[in-house]
Amino acid sequence: MAAEALVELDNVRFARGSHPVLAGVDMHIPRGAIVALMGASGGGKTTMLNLMAGTLRPQSGQIRIAGQDLQKLSEDAMYGLRRQMGMLFQHSALFTDLSAFENVAFPLRRHFRLPENVLRKLVMMKLEAVGLRGAAGLFPAELSGGMGRRIALARAVVMDPMLIFYDEPFTGLDPISVGIIASLIKRLNTALGATSVLVSHDVQETFSIADYGFILAGGKIIAEGSPADLRASDSALARQFLGGQPDGPVPFHYPARQDYGAALRDRHAAGEVL
Amino acid sequence: MAMLEFIPQLGRRTLQTVPGLGVASRFLLSSLLSVFNRHFSFQQLFRQIYGFGVRSLILMVVAAFFTGMVLGFQGYYALVRFGATSALGTLIALSLLRELGPVLTALLFAGRAGSALTAEISSMKATEQLSAMEMMAVNPLAWVVAPRLWAGIISVPILCAIFDLVGIFGGYLISVPVLGVDGGTFWAQMQSNVTFSGDILTGLFKALCFGVVVTWIAAWKGYTARPTAEGVGNATTLSVVTASLTVLGLDFILTALLFS
Repeated sequence: MAAEALVELDNVRFARGSHPVLAGVDMHIPRGAIVALMGASGGGKTTMLNLMAGTLRPQSGQIRIAGQDLQKLSEDAMYGLRRQMGMLFQHSALFTDLSAFENVAFPLRRHFRLPENVLRKLVMMKLEAVGLRGAAGLFPAELSGGMGRRIALARAVVMDPMLIFYDEPFTGLDPISVGIIASLIKRLNTALGATSVLVSHDVQETFSIADYGFILAGGKIIAEGSPADLRASDSALARQFLGGQPDGPVPFHYPARQDYGAALRDRHAAGEVL
Repeated sequence: MAMLEFIPQLGRRTLQTVPGLGVASRFLLSSLLSVFNRHFSFQQLFRQIYGFGVRSLILMVVAAFFTGMVLGFQGYYALVRFGATSALGTLIALSLLRELGPVLTALLFAGRAGSALTAEISSMKATEQLSAMEMMAVNPLAWVVAPRLWAGIISVPILCAIFDLVGIFGGYLISVPVLGVDGGTFWAQMQSNVTFSGDILTGLFKALCFGVVVTWIAAWKGYTARPTAEGVGNATTLSVVTASLTVLGLDFILTALLFS
């Protein structure tokens, strides 16, 4: 990881109420790379994306993007920085009252006053890049899950961002669509000269395109390295996650906070439960 | 014992509610002020005025017409015993302008437009559309919330004026052609007893206050709804119930202040 870092996280801590989500995360994401962030569901991966995008603020620690400390940015400056970021949401988050074309055109219309023919060309180029030029006139309700995800991808990159976040881009898609999205992520990252951060628990697809990966567990990074390094990792937790073993350091059984059976018997004895 | 539990509970509830009110007030203020944000769009505002105002017209006109007709019947029934049917025009006009117009307009608006507003904003939140907007560096308060709030605030007084007008016409149709009250007296009495600033403007001012409150509650409930299907449903119900009760309570306060 000698390359210049675009995103740097130093000892970032974040808690929801009394529940700690991130307990001191350090992470450096090099410019131009596709970086995968993996971990079990509910492990704080999406929270990390939101922290990097500035929609959440950490309780302590520092997050820098292109050298700018997010905590020190004013709201206006944060919005300015976000114009150089794109995000693909887990459920696409397309605007349901706008056509596919207008969804992709939305950021351009809001930020620039472009002549209609220029705007049209820019939007059509992005739709062409995701292979859905023909679907420009369709509404989100008329698109399949995979097509919706591709339109959302076109919208995420229409402003030519330097940093693209992908939140579970493969979840809920058929194998063909998964393959298409994976190759698009790779191609767009190269074509735009961007940096991509990919949150996923789909190990095979993610490793096929990622340059570097982090595994998050218990609010900390437990392993990092290239896909090959990670596969060879000696961390039991990393091996359990990558190998998809049902039991291991992450137990199959959810630990009970109290003995529910005993509590039920007590309540039964007290005549509360029939 | 029950009393002892009640006191800390009251305190806890108050402590929960007061900061919530503060946050909701900041939400209202920053939404209203985002009319100066570069992402505020007058095109959106006009579209929302059409959606909330123009498309509520039929409901308002029908409700106003029937309200006016019922007022005509009931007023006549009460006044004829004292031989005072000449005051029927005044009675109908004052009831509508001062109370029924603003209150019924606001209640109907809460049911027709407020519920739709809450459902729309909360489902945009549940499907991450608001987050997506924020990620595209477009402030959702300026693009989504502000045009809807302003549309509600502008629409309700206008709808109330139309409600008053149609209501009075409905009352006239029952009083004069059906019940045989003298038409000249009906209008003349109304003209001499209804004042522009004391009755008409204060009634419209009430409607303006209700417009702010109803759209504020609707937008706030939508914006803070839990992002689930159940959350959207709950928020919509709560929006109509809270807005209706607030309108009735606020009406009492405003009447006490304005007409005392």
